[in-house]
Amino acid sequence: MRYFVFAEETDGKPSSIALEMLTKARSLGGEVAAFAVGAGSASLFAALGAHGASTVHHLDPGDALPAAAAAAALAGLVGPGDVVLFGLTQTDRDVAGRLAARAGVPVLSNAVDVKVAGTTVSVVNEILGGTTLVETAFTGPGPHLIVVRPKSFTAEAGPAAIPRVDAVAPPPAGRSGLARITARHTEESQGPSLADAAVIVSGGRGLGSAEKFALVGELAGLLGAAVGATRAVVDSGWVPYSMQVGQTGKTVKPTVYIACAISGAMQHLVGMKDSATIIAINKDEEAPIFGIADLGIVGDVHQVLPKLIAALKAR
Amino acid sequence: MKIAVCVKQIPDPATPYALDPASHFVVRPAEQVLDDTDRYGIELGLQLAEATGGTVTLFSMSPAGNLQGIRQALAMGADKAVVVNDPSLRGSGALVTARVLAAAIAREQADLVITGTESTDGYAGVVPQMIAELLDLPALTFARKVTLDGTSLKVERQTTGGFDVVETALPALVSVTSGAVEPRYPTFKGIMQAKQKPVDQPTAADLGLDSASVGIVGSGQAITGVHPAPERSGGVKVRDEGEAHLEIVKLLERVKVI
Repeated sequence: MRYFVFAEETDGKPSSIALEMLTKARSLGGEVAAFAVGAGSASLFAALGAHGASTVHHLDPGDALPAAAAAAALAGLVGPGDVVLFGLTQTDRDVAGRLAARAGVPVLSNAVDVKVAGTTVSVVNEILGGTTLVETAFTGPGPHLIVVRPKSFTAEAGPAAIPRVDAVAPPPAGRSGLARITARHTEESQGPSLADAAVIVSGGRGLGSAEKFALVGELAGLLGAAVGATRAVVDSGWVPYSMQVGQTGKTVKPTVYIACAISGAMQHLVGMKDSATIIAINKDEEAPIFGIADLGIVGDVHQVLPKLIAALKAR
Repeated sequence: MKIAVCVKQIPDPATPYALDPASHFVVRPAEQVLDDTDRYGIELGLQLAEATGGTVTLFSMSPAGNLQGIRQALAMGADKAVVVNDPSLRGSGALVTARVLAAAIAREQADLVITGTESTDGYAGVVPQMIAELLDLPALTFARKVTLDGTSLKVERQTTGGFDVVETALPALVSVTSGAVEPRYPTFKGIMQAKQKPVDQPTAADLGLDSASVGIVGSGQAITGVHPAPERSGGVKVRDEGEAHLEIVKLLERVKVI
C-alpha cells in the first residue's frame, strides 16, 4: 500500500499533524510519501524524512491560496489503492475536498484512527460527543482520502533519513486557482502554544465579559499554561479563534486542563476530553463538564479563581 | 448580483440524537431546525444583496420534512429556496451532497456562493471546497471578515496561528466562520412572509443525477461497526464554601504542576 501525507508548511516547519500522520503511516507499513506545500527547506524535508517519508513531493504555491493547485497536482500522483491523509486544518480540508471532487472519490473526515486490513481501508470516528465509536470502510477502489483529527496519533521521529525530493510544478488550476494571499498575520499569544502546553487554562462564556476573561490569562501565566477558550467566547470576540478548543477549533491533550465557567457542550468536550487530568469550575452542578472532570468545583468562578490566583502567588 | 447560500436542516441539537439501529444513520424527525451556524452565511448574503441590489437564494439537500428550518432561513430575509428533496439521497456522503448542491446552484448561475465551514450534525467540513471544485470557483474559505468591492472579494481567512488576507474576483465561493457577522433576528413580518416564499423542490433526476450515483450506493463508503466508547468516569465534586480553591492547589501539587 502507498500512503501520501499532506504536509503544510507553517513558520518554516511541517504542521504537527503532518508528523503525527507520517508516524501512523510508517507504522502501517508500505511506501510513505509526503506532499509538502510551502517554500520548502532542507530541514523541513529532513523532518518529514525522519518521521517516515521516503519521498517528498514539494509544491511551492507562491502567494496563491494553495488548495486548487495542490489538489490538481495530487490528482496526478495518486491512484486506486493509495491512501491519502490530511489533517483537520483549514488548508488540509481545502485540498482534501477539492481532490475528492476532482478524483470522484469519497473523503472520510474527522478520523481518530485509520485501519488497514488487506486492501480494505477504514476509519474510526467518535460521534455523539465521543460516547460512540463508528467504523466506516471505503467500498470503492480509491484513492482513499482521509481527514484525521489532530492528536489522534503521537508524532515520533525514527532514524534520520534524507528523503528524495521531487519538485512539483504548480499545474494549471483554472478559475479555481485564482485566489491570492496578499497578507499574513500571526495572532499566537505569548507563552506556550495550545498544541504543546502541558497545562491549559480555558474559559467559557460563564466568565461574563472579555474583562473577566483576563482572570483565565492570569492563572495561566502563574502556571506557565496556555490559554484556551470555547467557541462561544471566540464568537463573542473576546479572544481570537487561534485560542479556540473544540470540534471546530483545536484538539488538545495536556497533562492538566482547567475549565473555567465552561458548561461542557459536546463541541467543546471532543476537543479536550482526552486530557490526562481535568479540573472544572462551574456554578451549575448539572453541567456536563463535571461528567468528565477529575476534580469538579461547584462554585462561582469569580470567587474561586481570584482565591486560587492569590494562593498560587503566595507560594 | 445573484447570491447562493447553502443551508442545512438538522435535528434540534438541544435534543439527544438517536441512531437508526439498522442503518446507523441519525434519525431525522419531520421537524428539523436551521443549523445555527448557517445564520452567519445567510446574514452575509443578505448584507451583500442589500448593498448591491441582489437576490439571495437558499440551497439545501435534506429530507425536506415540514421545511421548518428552511422557513426559519427565509424569515431572515432570503428571497427563495431550492431544497433537493429525494428519498434516493438518503445516506449520501459529502461528495454526493456537494454534487447535488453544485448541480442545483449551476442552474441558477450564482455570482457568489456562501456556505458555513461545516454542519453541526455531520461536520465533515469538506463540502464547500468540493462545491468550489465542481463549479471551478476560487474558494475563500474560513472567512472571519468579508468585504466586496465591485467584483473584488476580500476576506480574512482563519489560519492555525492567525489569519491571512485572501483576495479574488467574482464568481467565487466563500465559507464563513461563526461570528463573521452578527445574524439578524427574523421580524414578525419576515416570519409571516416566509410562509409564502417559493420553495422549489427538485429531485436528483431533475438535476441530471442518476440514482446509482447518489445515496448509499453512490457514496463509496459503508459503516462496518458501531461501539460504545470507553467511558471516562467523573471524579470528585466539591461544592465551594469558600475554600474549594485549595482542592485545586492540592491536585496541582499531586500531578507536579506546582
